[in-house]
Amino acid sequence: MKFSENWLRSWVNPAISSDELAHLLTMAGLEVEAVESVAPAFEHVVVAEVIEIVKHPNADRLNVCQVNVGEAEPLTIVCGASNVAVGMRVPCARIGAVLPGDFKIRQAKVRDVASFGMLCSAKELGLAEESDGLWRLPADAPVGQSLRLYLDLDDRALTLKLTPNRSDCSSIRGIARDVAALTGDSLNAPELVPVTQTTSEQWPVRVENTQACPLYCGRIVRGINAAVPTPLWMLQRLERSGIRSISAVVDITNYVLLELGQPMHAFDLTKVSGPLCARAAGAGESLTLLNSQTVTLDTDVLVIADDKGPLALAGIMGGAASGVETTTRDIFLESAFFAPEAIAGRARRFGLATDSSFRFERGVDYAATREALERATSLILDICGGHAGEIASVQGMLPERRTIRLRDSRVSRILGIALTHEQIATLLQRLHFNFADRGDAFDIQPPSFRFDLTIEEDVVEELARIYGYEHIPAMPPEANMVMLPDAETVRPLARIQHLLVDRDYQEIISYAFLDAQIENDLCGNASPVALQNPIASNLAVMRSSLIGGLIEALRFNLNRKQPRVRLFESGACFYKTGTGYGQEQRLAAIAYGGALSEQWGTSERPIDFYDVKADVAALFAPSEPDFRSEVHPALHPGRSARIYLNDQPVGWLGELHPQWCQSYDLPRPPVWFEIQTSAVLDRRVHQMHAIPRFLPVRRDIAVLVDETRPVRQLFDAMRKANAPFVFDIELFDLYRGTGVEPGKKSLAFRVLLQDTQKTLTDAEIDPSMAMLVKALEDEGALQRT
Amino acid sequence: MEQLQNILGQALAQFQSTADEAELEQIKARFLGKEGSLTVLLKGLGKLSAEERPAAGARINQTKQTIEAALQARRDELRQDRLTRQLAAESLDVTLPGRGLASGGLHPVTQTLARIENLFHSLGFAIASGPEIEHDFYNFTALNIPENHPARAMHDTFYLDPEHVLRTHTSPVQIRYMESHQPPLKIISPGKVYRVDSDATHSPMFHQVEGLWVDEQVSFANLKGVVQDFLQRFFERDDLRVRFRPSFFPFTEPSAEMDMSWGDGWLEIGGCGMVHPNVLRHVNIDSEKYLGFAFGLGVERLAMLRYGVNDLRLFYESDLRFLKQFN
Repeated sequence: MKFSENWLRSWVNPAISSDELAHLLTMAGLEVEAVESVAPAFEHVVVAEVIEIVKHPNADRLNVCQVNVGEAEPLTIVCGASNVAVGMRVPCARIGAVLPGDFKIRQAKVRDVASFGMLCSAKELGLAEESDGLWRLPADAPVGQSLRLYLDLDDRALTLKLTPNRSDCSSIRGIARDVAALTGDSLNAPELVPVTQTTSEQWPVRVENTQACPLYCGRIVRGINAAVPTPLWMLQRLERSGIRSISAVVDITNYVLLELGQPMHAFDLTKVSGPLCARAAGAGESLTLLNSQTVTLDTDVLVIADDKGPLALAGIMGGAASGVETTTRDIFLESAFFAPEAIAGRARRFGLATDSSFRFERGVDYAATREALERATSLILDICGGHAGEIASVQGMLPERRTIRLRDSRVSRILGIALTHEQIATLLQRLHFNFADRGDAFDIQPPSFRFDLTIEEDVVEELARIYGYEHIPAMPPEANMVMLPDAETVRPLARIQHLLVDRDYQEIISYAFLDAQIENDLCGNASPVALQNPIASNLAVMRSSLIGGLIEALRFNLNRKQPRVRLFESGACFYKTGTGYGQEQRLAAIAYGGALSEQWGTSERPIDFYDVKADVAALFAPSEPDFRSEVHPALHPGRSARIYLNDQPVGWLGELHPQWCQSYDLPRPPVWFEIQTSAVLDRRVHQMHAIPRFLPVRRDIAVLVDETRPVRQLFDAMRKANAPFVFDIELFDLYRGTGVEPGKKSLAFRVLLQDTQKTLTDAEIDPSMAMLVKALEDEGALQRT
Repeated sequence: MEQLQNILGQALAQFQSTADEAELEQIKARFLGKEGSLTVLLKGLGKLSAEERPAAGARINQTKQTIEAALQARRDELRQDRLTRQLAAESLDVTLPGRGLASGGLHPVTQTLARIENLFHSLGFAIASGPEIEHDFYNFTALNIPENHPARAMHDTFYLDPEHVLRTHTSPVQIRYMESHQPPLKIISPGKVYRVDSDATHSPMFHQVEGLWVDEQVSFANLKGVVQDFLQRFFERDDLRVRFRPSFFPFTEPSAEMDMSWGDGWLEIGGCGMVHPNVLRHVNIDSEKYLGFAFGLGVERLAMLRYGVNDLRLFYESDLRFLKQFN
């Protein structure tokens, strides 16, 4: 809602500055988004009349003008504008004026002729972007008067960001009412005298759906001159409220809309055949609107129709066919109350947002419908002439304003301040609410212009608003102190994040939506969770994995010359379920480049599967997940593993498939892992075991096995052997090359044995070692000696 | 006598003449070894008379002790020299960088969230979460935003189908939490939210923290108290001022917009209000017995102010040159 400050001040004029007014409104919930001066600062510019024009003796394109500025002697002014004409009224910047752009007007000689001022275009005064010559002022502009005064240029346009509940403030009257309640100043509403109609003619109106249209009023005005120019004062107020001038009749309806908040519409009576009817549209009926858009209607849309069909979208926009033109002589002027539920959402459906629909869907004062019609009629008669007919109206059930019981105790309890009964009464009076005093409560009758007051809390907010939110103190709450539960079996996600940070990963947060192609490539997901209205085609589907975001982030950084990138992200991934959608929290990381950053004293080695596997193991510790060779669409089939915990799949680890490295322009393969976050958050509460009193004994076993034999099988075999005293087995060497025949690998295991009762002897150790060797041999291993 | 003096003089001189520990031991043998000159003298005592022997013995022993002390001193001296040389040889350039893995860092939004969670945790707020793909009911209807309500248009909602949306705020978590818990309740709910909007100050995905306190005695004045306390602690500035302006949210009444003082002006920091009785009714909480307040804070806005970030989009570009600044 944009409006002229001076217009508001004609209704209520508190003794405060513009800035203070803006602050007052903002702090009352009518947020002022912008305050703009309607004209740049300039002085000494007056209305002038050109009384004589003589060609400049020394310049073809210049004229020497005699200009009346309301003084005894005319001024001589050299002017280069081609549209200068005798008799025209034009702004004149006198000597001493400073125009926008710090342009000082001085007495000057223009090609030997003295000039005492400058005739101005609107652009030169900063009042238009472009100008075509001098600014031709109306012929009745008072010569000699200051232009600022004449055009009321010391005004500001304020823009309100109205919340949906405050439709009552989408008019000058509504804002003025709130200002008066806030400051206590009196409201000077312009006097509205009903028009004495000059004919008894009444156009028939009908309402089929009085629930959607509880009040429909209208009247004929015949014999108007629709071609007259809109008066300057009205143009200014409209323009400063952001409304473009169309024609006198339309401007008048818009003026009343801004002034009183009542949307109105004028039909060209010659285009109306038969009675006007407010009815539901028929399915498939169509209508071409004033903006030339043709809409196809449905039965939940209300239209104003005549015998031939729809003429207007009720409360939204008129139709092109019945619109008022400059040649129009007779009009039907409509003022109605359409129920918010009948209008809400309809305009949006047609891609429309009009001043009318904005107000009707939030609620328009149904007690002002006739008043607005009278106001508009009177303006039309004044400006366009004509004869008004009698008002025709149909009235159904207007909205009910149910009485609200407001308890003093509830006010204090909600706001946390003690307001007395008398204080509350005073606030209600300032709001001009009708109320009855009930001792320790009030019964309140909400006014017709408020659609947001239905329960006690709504009135409490009104009281607080007028009392001032600023005056309610900030108080620490008082409550019973109870500790929060703290489950030790759940590891905080922060711990997991810090672990990855400590292992040199940088956290990223990427969009949860991405390109469908990435989902398809990297997740093999051909039917992803898709958005109906994505912001861009490359952000159209919800991720089912974090890999896409990580790859994108990797590419972004590689393009910025980062040689080594290690990223992680934790977040939700999405999938479809039978009936809807599900989400799972995941943790994923990607590592690219050297295992270590390039540094002295270490030889550079690219990161590989096993480096990242150690990071995964650290996340799970002390649990030990299984890594099983399985195939994932994103991964190198020989370098990928599915991660299992307690035989449940919980994630993936692997090197990106060379094919994707190529299509995503990655010179080296990144290693990626992704796990269900819940799998690493579970932990048990520790219970201490006795520390062994005897030192362990170490024995090593070295074996040769086929290259293809997974080490895991050997470990499993040794574990199953259940050899006494063995409590730990680790692989400490893996060797291929000289001394080992091709197709084989040499593995060396370190075995730790221990007894809780005594130090072990060789006689006890040897049988255990023999059992392990036997188990390895059963797996095809050959012991090296 | 003279002979002892000679031996002593020779020993002391010879000890000093060498800088080698092994040679020192060889020199020692010349005087104190089996054939050493002093040993020979001691052995010769037997040839003396019983009267002369004690005095002579004492003299020789005294000389022997002097020599041994000198020897030990020289040994210590040489060992110290050796250690000094070793240390000198072994010294490192301590200015060379350390080797191995460096460390990474957390995203500034994560750091901000952690800070917010810690502060509210200290007041006893528990953490609750909910799904990012929400049913229309939880995102709107249960929050007193019926279909066609103008407030829905303010939300710029991403739709998956007519019934499912990407949540436009964290407020649905209020409903889900109240459905399954009885008052008194005190939670915050941090998380991602989505709106169809993208420019330097709007991201289609961003983070909010929702706060909810339902109890028998909580008031609008308490809401102001908690929010002000939080902002002052978050920015570590006791002089930070907080301003509440009337506003409108369908799920709170009275509602307020929260501004905080920043530089010469005010910045919007979130919305809040007293939980609307309709919302409590939806989850079967007696709105006569219980009151509640709720607030929603923009996490990116807090992070931007705290860390001086001037463009919202930086948070989601994953540029290491940006992210590493917060390590």
